[in-house]
Amino acid sequence: MHHTELGRVAVQSRPASTFLTLKQRKNLWGILFVSPWIVGLVGLVLYPMALSLYYSFTNYDVVGSYQFIGLGNYQQMLVDPTFRQSLYNTLYLVVFMVPVSLVASLAYALLLNLPLFGQRLFRTLLYLPQMVPTVAGALLWMWIFNPEYGLINTVLGWFHIVGPLWLNSISWSKPSIVLMNLWGTGGAAIIFLAGLRGVSPSLIEAAKIDGANLWQRFWHITLPALSPLLLFNAVMGILSAMQYFTQAFVMGGGDSGGSVGLGNSLEFAMVYLYQVAFQDMRMGYASAMGWVLFLIMLILISILLVASSKWVYYEGWKRS
Amino acid sequence: MTSTLSRRWIQKLPFYVVLVGLCMVVMMPFFWMLLSSLKTNQQLFSLPVRWWVWPLHFDNYTHALSLIPFWAQLRNTVMLSGLTVLGNVLSGSFVAYGLSKVDWAGRRFLFGVLIATMLLPGVVTFVPTYLIFRNLGWLNTYLPLIVPTFLGSPYYIFLFRQFFLTIPESVSEAARVDGASELRIFTNVIVPLSGPAFSAVAVLSFVQAWTEYIGPLIYLNVPSQWTLSLGLSAFLNRYSAEWNLMMAAAVVFTVPLVVIFFIGNKYFMRGISFNTDIG
Repeated sequence: MHHTELGRVAVQSRPASTFLTLKQRKNLWGILFVSPWIVGLVGLVLYPMALSLYYSFTNYDVVGSYQFIGLGNYQQMLVDPTFRQSLYNTLYLVVFMVPVSLVASLAYALLLNLPLFGQRLFRTLLYLPQMVPTVAGALLWMWIFNPEYGLINTVLGWFHIVGPLWLNSISWSKPSIVLMNLWGTGGAAIIFLAGLRGVSPSLIEAAKIDGANLWQRFWHITLPALSPLLLFNAVMGILSAMQYFTQAFVMGGGDSGGSVGLGNSLEFAMVYLYQVAFQDMRMGYASAMGWVLFLIMLILISILLVASSKWVYYEGWKRS
Repeated sequence: MTSTLSRRWIQKLPFYVVLVGLCMVVMMPFFWMLLSSLKTNQQLFSLPVRWWVWPLHFDNYTHALSLIPFWAQLRNTVMLSGLTVLGNVLSGSFVAYGLSKVDWAGRRFLFGVLIATMLLPGVVTFVPTYLIFRNLGWLNTYLPLIVPTFLGSPYYIFLFRQFFLTIPESVSEAARVDGASELRIFTNVIVPLSGPAFSAVAVLSFVQAWTEYIGPLIYLNVPSQWTLSLGLSAFLNRYSAEWNLMMAAAVVFTVPLVVIFFIGNKYFMRGISFNTDIG
């Protein structure tokens, strides 16, 4: 208190500040500091969003003149078989990849949180796949998935299992993507691990004394404490699954145009949007697709947030 | 005493088995990548699969690097990643100071906006942003990839803000009493105290820029401007049967990140776990 009073005197005694009150000066400083981001927010977020909404009602194709076609692009999506296929493929990832990755990363974190010797090494090794550049990882897994000479089917062969054709099969290509992504699950695990450090040891100890077994302690103490992070990772998982692009584009041969993956089985929404925008130059249609995908994400995340009020437990959690 | 010790060991043993097994499974693809990069193509496509070969074909590496204009693409990637780090570190810390240390009217509201933009998917802005940069005549330049980083990325602003909030208010208040301007407090007081936050944002944004694919794919159409991500995917289209060369190129592309990871390990972990306060 005393210091602030002094500060005010010191600031006000300076000649430059005679026109401005302390509050006005603070506001000016605040605006100055956030100004780069405000420029970016207006120029690279708000303006593009408005532009995208505008183009979504036109048949803009970069080169020629364009007309308003009302809801034409949106109606087109309803009858576009490739769009429907891409939506199905994308929702497949949301339904299978997101929960599988969540459970796996939670299991990783629980294992890495045990009081064992060498945890630093285990943590480092399990995180390492995150360091493989996306394209390099895509190439590596294409070779791992090779049905005849690849790593997985070789290992399966030891157990006399004839492995599937993986990426060369319409029904196995999406499970292949889920499996490949499981390799990099260490990233989300680190977030859970940080949350586990916040679980009170005395609470666990008290439950132990009361005779709660390992499963009960997990279900009634650890899981509720982690639930905000579970929600966070689920939201992030949905966002990235809905925009899944690079691996599918590289592994499915999106460069060459046409079908991505065998029988369009790796044609995810973002991949199709890229092809419509940058291979066919149908910017109006691509903009409309962007908005529909955005809407779907909003709906999925709203459902998750509404449902989360039943299972997310905030007590003792810092909310900012 | 010894019996309780060994009992503890026996209790822990299954967890060790699971963890060591898990690590071996996760490491297998790395081993497979290295092994494949050192085989001849004939060894790759012969059964049964050989888990060791001699001699090791290190010449795959020189061959692969001569097929793609590797050094030019490496230079482009390093340049782009370096500028991305510079942009994110400068803009992120600067903006975060205004969102955490200056007590002003718009602070709370704008922080809400920041969180909202963190969750805003790029799927909506991705096409119009391309059109804007196209109108500016920025296609086939690095500007669309670099300029935005100097305007602040929400995630890195957020990381800096979370760190700045841990610095006691009394530290900056003392400088204010001495008549220091906010800019001076930022550069002379807060920045020197924030080494861990700078390191975390630097390593995270370097990795992000190094592996970035879709941005360069859209904006860079001249092969001499390509980054390693683009070079490697073009390599796949042209030499798709030569897995030994592709694995060698993939190893060379991966090694710098692994080295950075081992050097900056704690900053990665810290950077990722900063965001647990989001709640």
